[in-house]
This record gives sequence, C-alpha cells and structure tokens, in this order.
Amino acid sequence: MTAFRALKLAGLEPLIITPESNFVNVGERTNMSGSKKFLRLIKEEKYEEAISIAREQVEEGAQIIDVNMDDGLVDGKAAMVKFLNLIVAEPDIARVPIMIDSSKWEIIEAGLRVVQGKCVVNSISLKEGEVVFIDQAKKVKRYGAAVIIMAFDENGQADSYERRIEIAKRSYELLTQKVGFPAEDIIFDLNIFPVATGMDEHRRNAIDFIEATRWVKSNLPHASISGGVSNVSFSFRGNNPVREAMHSVFLYHAIKAGMNIGIVNPAMLEVYDNIPKDLLEHVEDVILDRRDDATDRLLTFAETVTGSVRENKIDLSWREKPLQERITHALVRGVDAYILEDVEIARLASSRPIEVIEVYLMTGMNVVGDLFGSGKMFLPQVVKSARVMKKAVAYLLPYIEAAKDGSTGKGAKGKILMATVKGDVHDIGKNIVGVVLGCNNYEIIDLGVMVAPEKIIEVAKSENVDAIGLSGLITPSLDEMVFLAKEMQRQNFRVPLLIGGATTSKAHTAVKIDPHYHNAVIHVNDASRAVNVVNDLLKKETSKQYFKDIKSDYEVFRTNFLKRSKVKDFLPLEHARENKFKINWKTSEVVKPNKLGVQVIEDLDLEKLVPFIDWTPFFRSWELHGKYPAIFTDEVVGEQASILFKEAQQLLKKILKEKLLKAKAVFGLFPANSVQDDDIEIITSEGNEEEKKVFRTLRQQLKKYEGKPNFALADFIAPKDSGIQDYIGSFCVSTGFGTQELATKFEAELDDYNSIMVKALADRLAEAFAEYLHKKVRTEDWGYAANEELSNEDLIKESYKGIRPAPGYPACPDHLEKLTIWEVLKVEENIGVKLTDSLAMWPAASVSGYYFGNPEAKYFGLGKIKLDQVQDFAKRKDISVEKAEKWLNPSISDQ
Amino acid sequence: MSKLEEILSKKILILDGAMGTMLQEYKFSEEDFRGSRFADWPRSLKGNNDLLSLTQPHAIEEIHRKYFLAGADIVETNTFSGTTIAMADYGMEELVYELNFESARIAKKVAVELTLEEPSKPRFVAGAIGPTNKTASMSPEVNDPGYRAISFEQLLVAYKLQARALIEGGVDVLLVETVFDTLNAKAALYAIDELKEELHSEIPVMISGTITDASGRTLSGQTAEAFLISISHMNLLSVGFNCALGASQLTPHLEVLARKSEFGISAYPNAGLPNAFGEYDETPKIMAEQIQEYLEKGLVNILGGCCGTTPAHIKAISEISKEYKPRSLKKILKPETFL
Repeated sequence: MTAFRALKLAGLEPLIITPESNFVNVGERTNMSGSKKFLRLIKEEKYEEAISIAREQVEEGAQIIDVNMDDGLVDGKAAMVKFLNLIVAEPDIARVPIMIDSSKWEIIEAGLRVVQGKCVVNSISLKEGEVVFIDQAKKVKRYGAAVIIMAFDENGQADSYERRIEIAKRSYELLTQKVGFPAEDIIFDLNIFPVATGMDEHRRNAIDFIEATRWVKSNLPHASISGGVSNVSFSFRGNNPVREAMHSVFLYHAIKAGMNIGIVNPAMLEVYDNIPKDLLEHVEDVILDRRDDATDRLLTFAETVTGSVRENKIDLSWREKPLQERITHALVRGVDAYILEDVEIARLASSRPIEVIEVYLMTGMNVVGDLFGSGKMFLPQVVKSARVMKKAVAYLLPYIEAAKDGSTGKGAKGKILMATVKGDVHDIGKNIVGVVLGCNNYEIIDLGVMVAPEKIIEVAKSENVDAIGLSGLITPSLDEMVFLAKEMQRQNFRVPLLIGGATTSKAHTAVKIDPHYHNAVIHVNDASRAVNVVNDLLKKETSKQYFKDIKSDYEVFRTNFLKRSKVKDFLPLEHARENKFKINWKTSEVVKPNKLGVQVIEDLDLEKLVPFIDWTPFFRSWELHGKYPAIFTDEVVGEQASILFKEAQQLLKKILKEKLLKAKAVFGLFPANSVQDDDIEIITSEGNEEEKKVFRTLRQQLKKYEGKPNFALADFIAPKDSGIQDYIGSFCVSTGFGTQELATKFEAELDDYNSIMVKALADRLAEAFAEYLHKKVRTEDWGYAANEELSNEDLIKESYKGIRPAPGYPACPDHLEKLTIWEVLKVEENIGVKLTDSLAMWPAASVSGYYFGNPEAKYFGLGKIKLDQVQDFAKRKDISVEKAEKWLNPSISDQ
Repeated sequence: MSKLEEILSKKILILDGAMGTMLQEYKFSEEDFRGSRFADWPRSLKGNNDLLSLTQPHAIEEIHRKYFLAGADIVETNTFSGTTIAMADYGMEELVYELNFESARIAKKVAVELTLEEPSKPRFVAGAIGPTNKTASMSPEVNDPGYRAISFEQLLVAYKLQARALIEGGVDVLLVETVFDTLNAKAALYAIDELKEELHSEIPVMISGTITDASGRTLSGQTAEAFLISISHMNLLSVGFNCALGASQLTPHLEVLARKSEFGISAYPNAGLPNAFGEYDETPKIMAEQIQEYLEKGLVNILGGCCGTTPAHIKAISEISKEYKPRSLKKILKPETFL
C-alpha cells in the first residue's frame, strides 16, 4: 500500500491533515448564504465588523475559515476580493488557510488571485459536465489550491450510496488521470442530508453517507471527506439536546469511516460518551437506520428530552411564568389557546382596558417585530402572531368602548391605506404586508381588490391616512399605479406612496412612477422591509432625511437604469420577421388532435390535482425562499417551511374533504395556420370556413447574436402557404370558486393566517390544474404525446413536448389576447371566469393560455418592442395606436 | 528527466555569486549605462543593471565567465529586474523582451563555449526572475490595508513576458528568486505553467524565497513551511532560500525545507549580514566554513552566493562541497508517515 500522503494547506502557517489529525473544523460564519449577520455586514459595507467575525472564529478554534459571498444583491466577486484583501492583512486571522466558497467559478477564481497561502476551493463538480470540470480543476491546480468536489453530476446530486461512490470515483479518476491533480488535495463532499424526516427515502441518508465515506477511504487513496454536519438533524430543529446528540453520533460513525473535515458548530455538539444511554440508542437507530420505526420512536422519545423548546402538548412550562412573559410567549409562538385567559387577567390587573393593548400586547408584539426584523422569525410565524393579537384585541374592544377610552387606533403609529389597484384581483402579498404592519402597531385601512383610483383618493382624504400602499400583480396594474401617482400629485397629496406586487420593480417605480409624484415613492416587495420603510418614513426624527435619501436614491437608480438600457440594439419589425424562428415544415411533426372543438370540465375532483402541485412558489408567496423539497433542510428557513407545509396540508385536506373549492375548466383544439408572419388564424367550427378568429402574437425585436432567431409564438404554427394544416389549443382553468367565501370566513374569525393560506393554496391548485389539463391534452385530446411518462418534477421543469404560454406572461405579455380566448372558448358562459377592466381573471386563482404542440415550440421572453410593431399590431387588430400603446406599454422600449 | 535533474541527483550543483557586487567594480558612469543607444533617454539610467546586457554586454559576459571558471555549474542571467513592472521606474517597459532575450543569449554563449572546452562539466544558465518591486498581498498604504499596488493579473502578464523571453533566449532553467511575497511567486509559477503548456516546454523551475528577519518568516508573513506548501503545486527542480541572511542564520529554515520537501534544496545566502557601512564582508573562507554545516547535515543540493559574494566565495564553496554528497533525492519519508 502506498504511504499516505497528507493534505497540506497553508495560511501564514501550515495546516497538515493526516489520518492521525483530529477532525478539522471549518469556521463558516463568514458565509453570506449561511449567516444573516455576515450578509448584513457585507451589504452595509461594515467590513471591520465582518473581519471581527473571522477573527472570533479563529480564536474559537476554527482551523480553516470558509468565506462565501454568494448573494443575489451583492457583487460577489468584488466583495470576495475586498474581504480577503482585508483579512490577509490581519496576521491573527491569516494564519489559518482560507476556504474560498462560491457556486460561481468567477468568484472562486477572483479569490484565488488574492491569497498567498494554499487555499481550499469550495467547490467544483461534474454538474456541468467533464469539460468544465477538467478546465476548472486544472486552474485550481495552477493556483495551488486543494479542492472540494461535490457529489453532483450532470444528472443531479448524489442521494444514494451508489450515486455517491459513482460520482466520487469518476471525479477522482478524471482528476488524477486527466488533470494530474494530487490525490491528497482532493476533498469529497458526499452530501449530508437529513434523517428522521418521516419520508422513507430519507431513512438511509446518514448511513449512506457514512458507508460511502468508508468506500472512498478504502478505494480512492489519499482523498479527504468533508460535509456540513448540522444538515443531518434538521428535522429536530428547536430540540437542541436531540440535535446535539445526533451530531455527535453522526460524527462518531462518520469519523470512524474516514470523514476528516467538516463544518460543525462546536456549541451544537454533545460529547458522545455523555449522551444518555436511552437517547443514544434512539439516535443511533435513526442515524444507522437500524429499525423500521426508528423515526417514530425518536420523535416520541424526543418529546421527553429536557431542554426542548418545541411547542408541544407536554411542554407547558411557559404557563408557569409571569403574565407578561406568557403573553409574549403566546404572541411569539402564535399560540392562541390561552390568550383570552391571559388577556382577561391582564384586564383585571389594569386600571383601563386599553392598557392591556398598550402595555402587555405591544410589549409582546415588539419582541415579534424585533425577531422578524433580525431574521429570527419568518413571515408565517408573524402572521400567526397577528392572529393571536387580533383575537386579544377583539376580546378587549367591548371593554374599551364601555370605558369610552378611545379607539384602538389611538396610540397607533400611523394610518395606512392599502389597496389592490383597479382591474387587479391579487391580494396575497398586500394582505401579508397589511398584517405585518398591523402587528407593528399601524392602523390598516384595507380597501381590498379592484379599487378605483377615485375611491383610494377619497378614502385617503377622509381618513387622513399617513401612507398609501398599492399592490398589483398583472402588468396593466403598473399603469394604474402611474395614473394614481399623477392624480395624487395633481391633488397635491403629501403622503408617501408604497408600491408592491409581483410585476412591480424598483426599476419601474424609479423610472415610471417616482418622477410623477413629488413625495416619496418606494418600491417595497417584502413584508419584512415594509415595516422598516414605514417606520423610517413616518417617524418624525427620520422622515425628512429618509425622504431625501429615497428621492436621490431613486434618481440615481433611474439615471443609471436609463443609461444602461441605452446600449440595446433593436431591429425594425421587418428585419425581425426575416429573422424569425424557422421550423422545417416538410419534416416537422404535425399531429391532428383526436378531438377538435371546445370541451368543458364542470367539477373536477381536486384530489387529482394534488400530485401536480409545484410547492416552490407556495413557499415564495410566504417569503420563504428555497426549492421544494430541499427547503425543508434549509438552514435558515427549513424549520418554518416544514411547519408551514404541515399546516398547508391540513387546510388542503379540509378543502379536499369538504369540497370547499371547485375546479372548472374549458379548453379547445382548433385547426390553425400562421398568416402574415405574426398572426395565427384559427377555425373555430369545423366545416365553416367563415368562422375564423385570429390570435395576434408579438415578435422579439432586440437584436440577437448571429444565428439566434427573433421569436414570435406564430413561428410555432405552420404558415398557411406551406399547405400543411396545423393546430392550436387554448384553455382556461380555475380553482378559485369558493376561495373568497372561505377567506372571508377566516377573516371573520380573525384568522388572517388561514385566509392568506387558502388563497395561496387556490393559486397552487389552479397552476396544478393547468398542468394536469395540459397533460391530459397532450396525451388524450390532442394526443401527440400519447406515450409520455413524466414525473411531477419533470413537469415542473417543463421537460414535456409543446408549451402552454399564457397572455400576460413573458412570451405574450399582451393581455388583450385574453379577450380573443374568451370569445373562442366562451369562457364566461362556460365556466364563469370573468375578465376585469384590466383583463385580470376573476376569481384570481385562474390560469388561461394557449397550447402549442410542435416539438420545437419553446418558451421565450418577448423583451422590449419598438413603436413600429405597436403600430403594426394596432393595424392588425384594428384598434387605435393609443389603445395598443396603453396595453403594450410595459413592453415598449423607452429608447 | 532533463540533464540538470540527472546531475542534481549525483552532485551538489554550484550556482554563481552576486552580479551586482561584481558590476560595482566596473564603476560604470551614467554615460556607460546609457551607451550610444540610450544617450538621449529621458530618465536617469544609472543603477539599471539589467540594461548593461544591452549597453555593456562584454562586462556581463566577463562576469559570467569568471563565475563559471570559479567552479559554478549554473550562472544566473542578468535579469533580476527584467519585468515591465520593475522597468517602469526607467520607462523601459517596451525593452523587457529584448533585455531578457539578450541576457539569456549572452550567458548561454559563455556556457556553451565552456562546455565545449570541458565536456565533463556541462555549464547551465538559469533565467533569473526577480520579485518585482511591488507586492500583491500587502498594502503599501498603512491606512488602507485592503489596497494593493499590483494585482495577480498584472503580475501574470509581466512574468509571462519575461519567462517567454528567457526561454526563447536559451536558458536551461527558470529561477523564481528572492521571493518576499508568495503571491507574487504564485503568479510567476502560474505564468510559467501556462507558458510551458503553450510552448510544449519541459523547462525545469527553481524557486528561492527570502526569510527577511530573525522571526523566520517571509516579508509577507509566512513561515518556511507555509511558504513551501504554498508553492509545492508545481513540479520544481528545487526550492530554497537566498539573500537577506548570512549562511549560518539560514540553517534552521533550510532544515525545515530539507525535512518537508521532496524537491531539491537550494541555498545561496549573502556574504554575512551587512556591516556598519552596508558592506558584506564575510570572507570566502568564513562563508565556506558556515556552509560546511549544511553539507554535514545533508541539507542541500544546490549552493551559491547572493549579495556580497564574489568568484572567490564561489570557488571556496565549490571546493568544499566536492567533498560531500548531495542531499538524498529519494522519496523522503515524512514524519507523519511513521505514525
């Protein structure tokens, strides 16, 4: 056997890792994607404090420090270089080697270029194939660094024993044989995933890692094994004694198998020998997958483990605490079971009932506000806190009124009007922001959805509000907001305007709204920011300065934005059409649908839709960011995501069981041909050539790279002059019937949490219905993909043949075409889904669009278009240019 | 295996002594530095020793010959400051390729001539690549520790140009020397590695660091072992130390390298520490006696001299090292493998 070659690293001093070395601990607090604090410090350019985090880690014994600057809003490369340049100037930090951590190669490379010692690159993998892998490995070697190889390849992340060793072996062979990479400089991260999640496929997560580690150690000489240990115990977040035991047990076995490097929080580690015998047995059963019922047994046992801070029936020790602490606890934890009891005690103890709100409840809500502001609480929790608060206030109101003690509005920090603008029906985001502001002692006047501008202005005046918040999801709402800003300016309003909602952006706010209103206009797209923004705006001490900062910030942003957008080149419409996407119609597969014409689905069993739900956007609507199901193990939001998901499932079950929502659909398949490049002519009733309708599509006009076409949806349909009869479909689905009733009922029960939840679920079900129906159409009614077998994951990744673009979305941002769909399918008559003034669908949980069946059809974004196309579009549609401009406005280039 | 590597396993190779010390004896004036070609150069050129390869090539040739005749197997090209970065002081960035190419050519000419005269003792030329006058991992501004006067990218370009000129001028080995900032050296190694791939060259590379003071660290703060680890990703002919210290002060640091490295070990210390007048005054005899300690401990494979050393020093070192075997280059068992 070859003599073992040690992994040698260096900062100012050497770090040599041999089989006899103790486990090497990597400090990971200088990691933006893992540490909120570090993220904030870097964002705020507080580099001195950021450096002190690095120093603390080294002082506390980290032998390597991981530096990660991956964040969407930070220039990661610049931040990496700046931070490394600063810490290498600190001898007490720079003595240890640095782990340069990024998912972006350019950031890794920039880091390697500023550190003199031998670093560790974290990480590279076969994710993008061998060519990229080899090229990066070669460079890592040239820079003189060791490297972490993620167990990841072209097919995804390794999640079984076999996949782990398959990828490790292949990576190792490429590195040692093709790159000449020293084997001792290879470190494998074999993916530590959570166990005891309740899912069968997770049962072997720990033991597979351990076994794969053992395999690597005996088959891939000199290589090291690393991983992030805390992942393994995610399902026990909140129960530290169990987690600590799980970490120790996992490490004990993984280290024996050969794991020698890792990221472990030393504070979260119990000494293996100190773990009580019974706990040890239960934990080892889970880690080593020794029993079928290991997870259940540990779950039950965990309830008894002391020091648990989990909310469960057994741990009612908080009920023993003083009154204020109980109220705070109930608010922070969102527990409403005892709140009325506690509030009653508080009322009896207070001289005036209003004091219960002003003192007891507000003290608790301030704690909630602080925790939320510092990222320690998440949106779903805050909404639950609000539910408890509302119940308490509702209980107190009669007493307060009897005491003629003023309204609850008294003492509020300010009055805020919230509304979803005219023509738009989406209100989940608006409701969330309203609840969160309410929690922070603002009085909210919520005018609901589809609110006309006159009404907003009227109420704003009569109620003398301190700020107005506008929300909107569809693009026409953007213009509604501009209109309202102009109107407020004309009427000489002085209150700040907050803008939010899915289609809004800082760019739109800065460029299109801000210039029209002399007071502050601020884009606020998440609830956690809303509180700070409103505080700063309304607080006397800060408001002047904040207003000035905001105005100049938006002006700078606007100038830069306009400057930046000037570099784009456009083609005249004619040239764009010449550069259209050309399908070879002689060879292209055109399938005649099995069933032409319009069909209606009256009442689909909702159960059928459940497997089609894409959960990721559901979490996003609650401001929990991450992909489902990986989100459950996310270090930051994992625990909350799990709880939210559990509660969503409960409500979903109830909806399914009691049939609280109704799923309806109408769809049709028609003979069609493209005409004059951009239009699609369809025959709606067979045999009757006169019954023709036309879908107008828009064409990309941005100048493309050589060889890239300028797409329009019409390109996916055979042109009339090809002589080939092609087909198109269109559809509208809705699961929104019943949503409003249900939400209103929850609101009446002061349960905003479930009111928002039901809307979020209805939205997901509508998307799932669209997915379900598309599949049915592909495999049955049209039948061009009769044999497809796709998993739900494939569906979410849109790996099927054909597309279903929706008006108002990137490929066809024009909402006007919905009118044609409504006409063709008689949507309103058939299933009752209406279009508002702004062409939003009502009920909101609805999806409509087209079906294109050609295998070459693909999703694209229209991008910006020029005036020549707007004029041409108006002519084709036989509408005025002004009308076309109004509807296409968000897509029209400013140049 | 190159010829050099082959000889390295058999005997202690002797490197030359100081170029600067020898040039001082010529007492060249500003006019001598300029020659006719640079008579009208807008800046003062006195002190630009590298330029003498163009304006006083005979002096350079003569010094190389003296060192070879004193017993050196390898002489270093007169290119210590031959990068666009260091030459910026004289506004001579454009001349960098020519300076290096000519310096290499002159040294190689002497080496070939003497090898022909005495085929049993082949003579080699090492292309000297200095540290430049800027550091990539330290800030020259006390109040702005994050600032850098030079970047890796800039060093990469400069080193690549110098290395290419040296290789194309005919050197047998590249010597990245007097490394006071390991990041500069890593940029040089990166440039050389890329260049070797582009030119399909197998030219060997030597690297020599500088321990600046009694703390036993490089100027950029690394210990000898950390320095070694940080540059060991390339297959090197040798690693060692030069300059800054006299032979005896260097011993403990050489011991670290000799124990931990699988590469050849080189040492070319100064002629002692500078005296009150800034002169290096250790005699050849004294220096050779100190170097005897390296030999007895079997620490080195390559020996030579840096500041203050002359052909007489090299002669003394060459003679004493003939009596000793080089450090064994068989795979050295590292302490951790015993455990």
